[in-house]
Amino acid sequence: MRTLTLSRNDLILLAGYTLVVLGGPIIMAPLGAGYPDLLQKFVIFGIFAVGFNILFGLTGYLSFGHAAFLGIGSYTAVWSFKLLTMNPLPAIVLATLLGGLFAAVIGYICLRRTGIYFSILTLAFAQMSYNLAYSVLTPITNGETGLQLVQSDPRILDAAAGRDYGAVLPSSDLFGIPMNGYPGFYFCGVVSIVCFYLAIRIFRSPFGLMLRAIKSNQNRLNYTGLNTQPYALAAFVVSGMYAGLAGGLLAVVDPLAGAERMQWTASGEVVLMTILGGAGTLLGPVIGAGVIKYFENIFSAFNEGILMAAFDFLPEPIQHLMVNVTSLFVGEGWHLTLGALFMVIVIFLPGGLMEGFNRLSALVAGIVRGRRDGASARGA
Amino acid sequence: MDAILLQILNGLDKGGAYALIALGLTITFGTLGVVNFAHGALFMLGAFCAVSVKALLSLEQVTEDATQLTAWGTPLEVRVPYVESWFGDFGTVLLDYSVPVSILVAIPVMLLIGVVMERGLIRFFYKRPHADQILVTFGLAIVLQEIVKGAFGANPIPQPAPDVAKGMIDFGVAVGMDAGNVVYPMWRLVYFLFSVAVIAGVFAFLQFTTFGMVVRAGMADRETVGLLGIDVDRRFTIVFGIAAMVAGLAGLMYTPILSPDYHMGMDFLVLSFVVVVVGGMGSLPGAVAAGFLLGILQSFASMNEVKSILPGIDQIIIYLIAVIILLVRPRGLMGRKGVMEH
Amino acid sequence: MGILSVRNVNKRFGGLKALDDVNLEVEAGTVHAIIGPNGAGKSTLLNCFVGRLEPDSGSVTFDGMSLLGIKPHEINQAGVSRVFQTPEIFGDLTLIENVMIPAFAARDGAFTLNAWGLVTTHGEIRARALAMLTDVGLADQAERPAGQLSRGDKRRLELAICLVQNPKLLLLDEPTAGMARADTNNAIELMKRIAGRGVTMVVIEHDMHVVFSLAEKITVLAQGAVIAEDKPEKIKGNHRVQEAYLGGAQL
Repeated sequence: MRTLTLSRNDLILLAGYTLVVLGGPIIMAPLGAGYPDLLQKFVIFGIFAVGFNILFGLTGYLSFGHAAFLGIGSYTAVWSFKLLTMNPLPAIVLATLLGGLFAAVIGYICLRRTGIYFSILTLAFAQMSYNLAYSVLTPITNGETGLQLVQSDPRILDAAAGRDYGAVLPSSDLFGIPMNGYPGFYFCGVVSIVCFYLAIRIFRSPFGLMLRAIKSNQNRLNYTGLNTQPYALAAFVVSGMYAGLAGGLLAVVDPLAGAERMQWTASGEVVLMTILGGAGTLLGPVIGAGVIKYFENIFSAFNEGILMAAFDFLPEPIQHLMVNVTSLFVGEGWHLTLGALFMVIVIFLPGGLMEGFNRLSALVAGIVRGRRDGASARGA
Repeated sequence: MDAILLQILNGLDKGGAYALIALGLTITFGTLGVVNFAHGALFMLGAFCAVSVKALLSLEQVTEDATQLTAWGTPLEVRVPYVESWFGDFGTVLLDYSVPVSILVAIPVMLLIGVVMERGLIRFFYKRPHADQILVTFGLAIVLQEIVKGAFGANPIPQPAPDVAKGMIDFGVAVGMDAGNVVYPMWRLVYFLFSVAVIAGVFAFLQFTTFGMVVRAGMADRETVGLLGIDVDRRFTIVFGIAAMVAGLAGLMYTPILSPDYHMGMDFLVLSFVVVVVGGMGSLPGAVAAGFLLGILQSFASMNEVKSILPGIDQIIIYLIAVIILLVRPRGLMGRKGVMEH
Repeated sequence: MGILSVRNVNKRFGGLKALDDVNLEVEAGTVHAIIGPNGAGKSTLLNCFVGRLEPDSGSVTFDGMSLLGIKPHEINQAGVSRVFQTPEIFGDLTLIENVMIPAFAARDGAFTLNAWGLVTTHGEIRARALAMLTDVGLADQAERPAGQLSRGDKRRLELAICLVQNPKLLLLDEPTAGMARADTNNAIELMKRIAGRGVTMVVIEHDMHVVFSLAEKITVLAQGAVIAEDKPEKIKGNHRVQEAYLGGAQL
């Protein structure tokens, strides 16, 4: 099976990713992030960003509406819990399929335009979905309250299998393993490893090459006999499926779905994750998602008390000043940090953190080489 | 008939706001080639100019009146705004007219904000891809709205219209219908007239001044204008300042209709982008026409008769129209060829 | 009838008549040059061959199939490749990737969802691309990003992109524009080699040196109309051509 083999570097990448995910609880512990709720977010939003990157990073089409597919995934998964079974597998499969289906329809329309027109079309569709979820579709989405499980849900498959959850509100479980806490994290983690592997395959395939060619020179591609539209649409659908899956997983670990997941700020967030890490790179979006979810968690948890303690070593007036300044950026002000981060990255590091790493390692390599050259010159 | 008239009137003020924001967006895009996602934030900043002016004018002097006692036996506190104690009746008028009065403050403030924004950030993005421009201004928009949230809180802050414009006018009587059929809030009419005046002002400025001529030439062909030896940079800055001012004034005057909060800009921005796209990127008349058109269509879609046939249509009408327009007329109603197609 | 046949083609831009009843036959296996002063309508004509412009009237057929109203990628799939005036290449991709893309397009068609097998497992495509790069003298730079190439090398790369598809018809829009003399001579050599393999070529060119070293037949356009069509040596002596070009001076 030669077609199944990845190059050595990609295998190392995949192995490294697998290791970090599986060892997550231990690796992230020193950073104060070694608990399941946050780890789940890392891998779920990692999936979202990796999928988004297949569209934005490879083809250069900037979608401002991918949160719609995330939301659709969540609603689908919750409905699967309500109607079918509390088993997460049908939920995520259906979430992925529905995400892909909606992406196919929306993508088909939006991809008739390029550039900013495409971005605005996707934004328009996402806002439409969001508005509809809040208003007319309330029977499906439960409007502002959000879609929740109730004890009296039919769950026909569970009922057929003779499972009765009794008087308690059921939580999703994989053949008896509850999907919250660490088991939930590992479930999402394994899914994310599969997703990451598939992303590597797509990146290295002729299909991926065509997608990169779209970003590089669409004109040349057309005159080279390739039809860009179906390629871009396929990328759009794949990224929509990733988003749907991520939305489904969010519902698996916490079975409720709300329209705010579809808001365009949520679409902006996945754009930020992707460019923060490095659009077009394999690892970048995962890192971007991790960094943002980590800081969101840390920063929004800060309150005045913690800040006062942190600046305790300073004289009192300065302490108060520092607390006042920093409190703008933490807690409720986390979004300010996010916006500032957005700007800083776009201004100074358009290639994202991955480019930063590469520049840094090139710099280090340069210094090392310089030293060695200097040493050999002295030796001669 | 009267129902239709009423819906058209209802759409005019919203349409005016869309048109004003879209006008600035399309000018900045046409001359500077920049897609500014922070334009909605400028609308919001303008609205908060009104909030700030009102707050300043309402600062109160507290005196104790020993001759009167409260129910608890303490001296009655008398609160008088400083402006009233200083200027007497004029102060009262000033406070009543705080929204229009704040225009005087907003003009220099918004110009300054625009100039600082262009010099400090936007100009570094003229040659960057549109995606980068979108992303950096999106970031800026978040920063601006979070700062406002930090300073003014998250809740909407109602701004009263001046007393004379608070009432309703019976528009139906004016056009010969029965009284009470088409009653319309006065301030909305004021807003509509104001937006028409500003739009006319912008068009006159572009049409009749040399500066405006250069700007229009720049919108038609940016490179050539640069080659003419005209100091394009300085003009870009001013253009951006004017666009910021127009957006700011649009937001400021809108405050009696919609109590401003920190994220009002984003809501309007998304819609205004749709307006620009529908009108045709880079087309000024297109932006204005599309602004009013969408405003009016939106108000028609909110009619109960329409909603009962097409539930939810009021929520999506604008986006739906944008989608249809973009597919049928890719360049918008009045767009030019080759603008922003790659 | 030739492999490319242009009949009564007209094209107006506003009040300007860009193409005025143009007729043209390109014989299979020949190099056919289209020359003419600036604004004669050469590029307009070429754009009508590749689906970029649609003539107002007339017909363009290639190998018995109409080229009007179909998309650029369909025209390419029919066997027509085009070299642009300013080289159009994939600047972010490596040279080998630049040439593998058209090789995939030629083998797999306009769209295949080839997302599972890796690029590296398509050995024969890579070999073809590498051979093509060797042919144009760029094999040693195969792993470099194409954006870093010099202008002359970009042109070679673009030729490689077109040739790896084994086109039946190769359209060249001023292939030596902006090149130094030495580079031009190299390019002529390369194009002669290509022509020697029996590829039909249509060349738009300003440089008479290039035209007369390559072309077997020349069509002269002036103000959108064909004023002469003949063998090179006859064109040299054609009075009307000299008139159009130089106001009567000898070519």
